[in-house]
Amino acid sequence: MFGRLTWDAIPFNQPIPLITSLVVIAVLGAVAIWITVNKWWPYLWNEYITSTDHKRIGIMYIVLALVMLVRGFADAIMMRAQQSLAIGQSQGYLPPEHYNQIFSAHGTIMIFFVAMPFVIGFMNFVVPLQLGVRDVAFPTMNNVSFWLTASGVLLVNMSLFLGEFARTGWLAFPPLSEKAFSPGVGVDYYLVALQISGVGTLLTGVNFVTTILKTRAPGMSYMRMPVFCWTALASNLLIIAAFPVLTVTLALLMLDRYLGFHFFTNDGGGNSMLYMNLIWVWGHPEVYILVLPAFGIYSEVVSTFSGKPLFGYRSMVFATLAICILAFTVWLHHFFTMGAGADVNAFFGIASMLIGIPTGVKIYNWLFTMYGGRVRFNVPMYYAIGFMLTFVIGGLTGVLLAIPPVDFIVHNSLFLVAHFHQVIIGGVVFAVMAGYTYWFPKAFGFTLDERLGKAVFWCWFIGFHLAFMPLYVLGFWGATRRMQHIPDPTWAPLLNIALVGAAIIGLGIALTVVQLIYSINTRDQRRDVTGDPWDGRTLEWLTLSPPPHYNFAVLPDVHGEEAYWTRKQTAIKLDKLIDEPNYQPIEMPLNTPVGVICAFFASVCGFAIIWYIWWLAILGLIGAFAIFVWYAWRDEHEHIIPLEEVRENARERRRIRMEHLHELSQST
Amino acid sequence: MSTHAEAAIVGLTHGGSEDTGLGQRGPASKSIVVPYGFWLFVLSDMVLFSALFATYASLVHATDGGPITNQVFHRDLVAVETIALLVSSFVCGLAMITAKRANMFWTQVWLLVTALLGLVFLYIEISEFAGMIAIGAAPQRSAFLSAFFTLVGCHGLHVTCGLLWIGTMMAQIWAKGFQPHIVRRLLCLSVFWHALDIIWVAIFTIVYLIGTLP
Amino acid sequence: MECKTNGTAICPRSCCVGLILQAGGGFVNSLECHGRWVRNRILLWPTLTLLLSACNHGILDPVGPVGAQEKQLLINSTAIMLAIIIPTMIATVGVAFWFRRGNAKAEYRPDWEYSGAIEMVVWSIPALTIMLLGGIAWIGSHDLEPSKPLPSKNPPLKVDVVSLDWKWLFIYPDQGVATVNQLVVPAGTPVSFRLTSATVWNSFFVPQMGTMIYTMPRMTTRLNLEADKPGVYNGLSSHFSGDGFPGMQFQVQALPADQFAMWAQSAHGAALRLDGAGYAELSKPSSYVRPMTYGTVVPGLFDAIVANRAPPNPAPPPAHNPPAPAGV
Repeated sequence: MFGRLTWDAIPFNQPIPLITSLVVIAVLGAVAIWITVNKWWPYLWNEYITSTDHKRIGIMYIVLALVMLVRGFADAIMMRAQQSLAIGQSQGYLPPEHYNQIFSAHGTIMIFFVAMPFVIGFMNFVVPLQLGVRDVAFPTMNNVSFWLTASGVLLVNMSLFLGEFARTGWLAFPPLSEKAFSPGVGVDYYLVALQISGVGTLLTGVNFVTTILKTRAPGMSYMRMPVFCWTALASNLLIIAAFPVLTVTLALLMLDRYLGFHFFTNDGGGNSMLYMNLIWVWGHPEVYILVLPAFGIYSEVVSTFSGKPLFGYRSMVFATLAICILAFTVWLHHFFTMGAGADVNAFFGIASMLIGIPTGVKIYNWLFTMYGGRVRFNVPMYYAIGFMLTFVIGGLTGVLLAIPPVDFIVHNSLFLVAHFHQVIIGGVVFAVMAGYTYWFPKAFGFTLDERLGKAVFWCWFIGFHLAFMPLYVLGFWGATRRMQHIPDPTWAPLLNIALVGAAIIGLGIALTVVQLIYSINTRDQRRDVTGDPWDGRTLEWLTLSPPPHYNFAVLPDVHGEEAYWTRKQTAIKLDKLIDEPNYQPIEMPLNTPVGVICAFFASVCGFAIIWYIWWLAILGLIGAFAIFVWYAWRDEHEHIIPLEEVRENARERRRIRMEHLHELSQST
Repeated sequence: MSTHAEAAIVGLTHGGSEDTGLGQRGPASKSIVVPYGFWLFVLSDMVLFSALFATYASLVHATDGGPITNQVFHRDLVAVETIALLVSSFVCGLAMITAKRANMFWTQVWLLVTALLGLVFLYIEISEFAGMIAIGAAPQRSAFLSAFFTLVGCHGLHVTCGLLWIGTMMAQIWAKGFQPHIVRRLLCLSVFWHALDIIWVAIFTIVYLIGTLP
Repeated sequence: MECKTNGTAICPRSCCVGLILQAGGGFVNSLECHGRWVRNRILLWPTLTLLLSACNHGILDPVGPVGAQEKQLLINSTAIMLAIIIPTMIATVGVAFWFRRGNAKAEYRPDWEYSGAIEMVVWSIPALTIMLLGGIAWIGSHDLEPSKPLPSKNPPLKVDVVSLDWKWLFIYPDQGVATVNQLVVPAGTPVSFRLTSATVWNSFFVPQMGTMIYTMPRMTTRLNLEADKPGVYNGLSSHFSGDGFPGMQFQVQALPADQFAMWAQSAHGAALRLDGAGYAELSKPSSYVRPMTYGTVVPGLFDAIVANRAPPNPAPPPAHNPPAPAGV
């Protein structure tokens, strides 16, 4: 009746997951009670959960990412602690069965449920505003995408208190991940969670490519788009091209595990090398899916806070598209040591280095953007400069790893671990922290506290270096990755430094929470009255903060690059705004519960598949299909924002802008 | 230059946008955006099938001493399946024409025929699978068979989803008539159905034709 | 200089944001006030890294030609790239600092956003660097291809390697003996490996000897290494293989040639037999296994393992053996 789900699934005899689960359930319960007592459920349901507004969906993605950052970091600090303790005679406090789940969960959560939601969240919030349009091409599908990702989060976290997680690493290589060597539910949790959230991500890809290519403000040709939109385009093209491969690869492994097929098994003619190839054909574009929008954020931040247009716009666009295409030509560098032969290895090594060229060009273009500028050292600029220093070292170690004979001695070592954390933290994490600070006022109408923001930056910058520089050295000393026990006591000092670094990062994360709470409590001191707190250059700063649901009363006419900046400068010079346009009532898509309900059924179905509860899986599928048909049957798709409301909001915005304009005109 | 002219050049008046070389007149209409997005989805589906084709190509000789292609594929059955699917694509096109003309009766008829032909295809395919399993050529026998069943079966699964979709559209057209959003969905359905046809052509060439070469 | 944070003439630590920064100690200062100082600290790291690396027995302490060439490649490539990267990092901090808003001496060029000459340079620097490194990669990949035999006046020693759950089996087909978790080789003679796995993927790695290679079930990989000087070197698996993975350490003993011959001779006398039953026993999951020697090995065992004709390996249970005491 309940498949293989029994009371044994609850980890009564494992204190750490048990206590963690109880704490998480208690916290969730407390939050639910707090919301109920304050009667916030209707607000949350109408304004966020069922929202088709790209801004709200973007915020939900980022909230999800921040919460999962805490979980992923908890895994990280547990790993560091174990490696500091389990040296020589001691086995530490985590037996291998447990440690192996932790590093697998750490990687899975950080890539799929922290980095991806962060980046997708920013693309959601910013791209339609920068393109000067009201929403993405498919707002309801956008909502569904978010909730499917949340479903993946739910399933991965459920493995804490029901069953176990995969013990195979974040990519679940066979044959270790096959039924014969991983008979438990762990790998199944992994596969099902990623399949569900993968569908969500693919839909996001379709949504954003359509939005960027087919829906832009009048006059915004391709070469007038902000660079962030170009990088979002490249990233989403990669999503469309790469995620189906992930879907297939995970499905093949599921078929092996569930139906006894022989794709990657040791017998029956299975070929585990095929999995390596397939998963990395997805895996390498995946990291570019993450880093390209990060580069876009830096382009926006460096240009805004230098008071200058981005240097070499066309070069940046070309470099972005070059990286997009090259991303698909390098996957074999993840397994040079599989023995493909010198010609193959050398080809992929050189291809991997080629990607370094457009990336290097970007760094120089950011440098020359600052050159001749007036650089303001707000928090986002700290992250941008920190990134430029950190990422180039990551690039250096990356090119080193791209040389096959060098890879032969550092593959899978802590050197590799330090490299990819360097590029991901230096590249993606710093970018999302910069973006978080940069766009926070647009989303919520007040800026975050600067002092605390700088403290958070320093915690990340110093903590990162302390945590990962020792790992390069350890890699040279022969330390490999994923070790539950450290054989050589002379490694202890460096591992302890790394632990301190991780603790400092933890402090940074804690301070982020403190900064948020403090900023909310003192928000009146830092209100963003004009909607343009940073003297921005792109169209999102044209609106008030937060923008109305429909973004713009009238879609802006775009003349030339840097649509907003030129408009602003001319307005300042002439001391007048553009003529008041003809306002019209605006049609906006309705809210819909289809996303959250669909995700509910997907979670039910997924859970049932994991635990072999077949009748429940079928019910879940039927439920998902039924809700879809119910949604398709509706007659009302849009609601109308009346003319008076549009006009009132627009006039209020114009009034505030005129005041601000007068101040600026007097001062120049 | 007058202030107004200067202002017009930099966009401070509402004269509409001048031609910017790529005809950017603002966001495209739904009748363009929806099929465009659906095409992108179909492209992603093609990537999915490419991965399955690549898997099949890698594993086609991994028979583990079990049945090989020549022993289990029957070209005549495949020919009937192909004809059924090709004709169903043609009929689907007819359904689109009558839908554009808002002809309820014929649209339903052509959609029904499309579905029936799809069912014929599925019936033959399922019989083929059952037959192979009966003689011991089950997907669990070898990597080659796993790859075959998955590639062809995935296509069959897509056809099944297409049939469900056809049924839903028939019901929806019946209940609501030929409203623009419903006709758009019909267009997406026909794109999907034709795409499945294209994939089938690739399957029967790569799997069945090449596989049964002497 | 003037601190732009609060306009005071000197920039005392208290002006810089966050008390936490003071607690952090020497590394922490506001960029506005101490840009150059921060830059120097950042340069400290690579230097320290290189210094620290020299004093342990890892890849920077090679004992054979393969490892030595790979170390040289590593150092050369790093140096080439540092020559580009360090000036870039200095320029980054320098430009940001010079063009800070408070600096009246810096020229503000708000419309300067393109320069063909700079673009040419900016594309050329990475391109030329990559062309150089690409050439190095091509030549290096061919010179150091694992399956390429090493030039030597001595004929190579053949060793067949099997990774099991969770220990290493070394078969010496010409000597007719086998060892577990201990690889004995003659110094100054190339070793020609054939490798496979009995269960899941692993990776055979002796950092001081150089190149690692995957071991994969039903497949054979090939590797050629050499230890020039006698000594004891650490080996491990560098591809995660399950719960007993941390216990897959082994040792390489490189003996002078005559001592190797003596060892091979005495190994024959070992009581353990690696026949079907012996292999089945060895296949049982275990970790942190003490080095063992087999006096007899049934011929063709390696090929049988690759072809999946050797006694089957049952699925591993979760537990593993406790670690061996230090000094053994």
